[in-house]
Amino acid sequence: MYIVVVGGGRVGYYLSRALLDEKHEVVLVEKDPDICDAINEELGSVCIRGDGSEVAILSDIGTNRADMLVAVTGDDDDNLVACQIAKHHFKVPRTVARVVNPANANLFKKLGIDITVVSTNLILESIQAEVPTHPLTHLMTFNDRGLEIVDIKILKESSTAGKAIKDIPLPPGTILSLIIRNGLRPFVPSPDTILFADDQVIAATPATSEASLRKVLGEY
Amino acid sequence: MKVLVMGCGRTGARLAGLLDADGHQVTILDMDSYAFRRLPGEFHGTALVGNGLDEEDLRRAGIEDTEVFVAVSQGDNRNIMSAQIAKHLFNVKRVVCRIYDPLRQEIFGTLGIEAFSPTRIFADMLKEQIEGKGS
Repeated sequence: MYIVVVGGGRVGYYLSRALLDEKHEVVLVEKDPDICDAINEELGSVCIRGDGSEVAILSDIGTNRADMLVAVTGDDDDNLVACQIAKHHFKVPRTVARVVNPANANLFKKLGIDITVVSTNLILESIQAEVPTHPLTHLMTFNDRGLEIVDIKILKESSTAGKAIKDIPLPPGTILSLIIRNGLRPFVPSPDTILFADDQVIAATPATSEASLRKVLGEY
Repeated sequence: MKVLVMGCGRTGARLAGLLDADGHQVTILDMDSYAFRRLPGEFHGTALVGNGLDEEDLRRAGIEDTEVFVAVSQGDNRNIMSAQIAKHLFNVKRVVCRIYDPLRQEIFGTLGIEAFSPTRIFADMLKEQIEGKGS
């Protein structure tokens, strides 16, 4: 794949390095000439000095044939505009933006950015996964289908512990697809499967039903 | 009219002063209170310290019932983003935005933002003046 990376900070640098290792064609766009020189010395000539939201620069590096543009500067406005120009002017099929302020994620999605990465939320989710008082963890989001894959821990105090799946009022469209239970191999549950405390349930659910699923399975 | 201006630079301050003198209800937002020194002494509107990219600050500045939103901060991308917040998250009726870069102005113009490029306008004007005088 040909991937354009905008922003040569730490995220941009390590990302480009990883993408190069995976044999992708990568061009990195960075404003700061010193950072640019340093990256070129280390990774070979991959870094172009310039403003990643400037049409002329993006045109020079052939953004029109890019499979993906990834904007990972530290500024949300720069990331948004770079992605929008890539999408609307250069018709890049996939755009990915780093979102520094979690409050902006909604706007980015509304404006058609394909993938948004909110580092604050990623860290938060890792913490939630480790802390038993947060029974629901996001594993994956399919933005285009409005679907989420979540991991739910059944707590001892949960009202669902000891109940059969068919007796639990799941939100419409929610599928419990896998149960991970201590001492057993993970298995696909049937409607008669009884949930126990400490079970881990992998479920697919419409994004809009997440709150009600949390209520039904997680809370007590 | 209720107008919210983002950015109290020379343009923002002057525009706010002109609209205020015409009797409009003007609020001007800037991240730095020192910028408000540029407002004319007789300015009757509201000057607020706040970030034009922050929904909460915009709400505080009354964006929910503003009729016109004007983005004239120094950064093109900042103006583009806050104009889109005003248009798509707050459904402001009229959103006007300054984009220095003529190419970017063209692209976002086609995306439904009323954008002006001072670079383009001024260069065209200078060209006309120069060619007009030469002939």
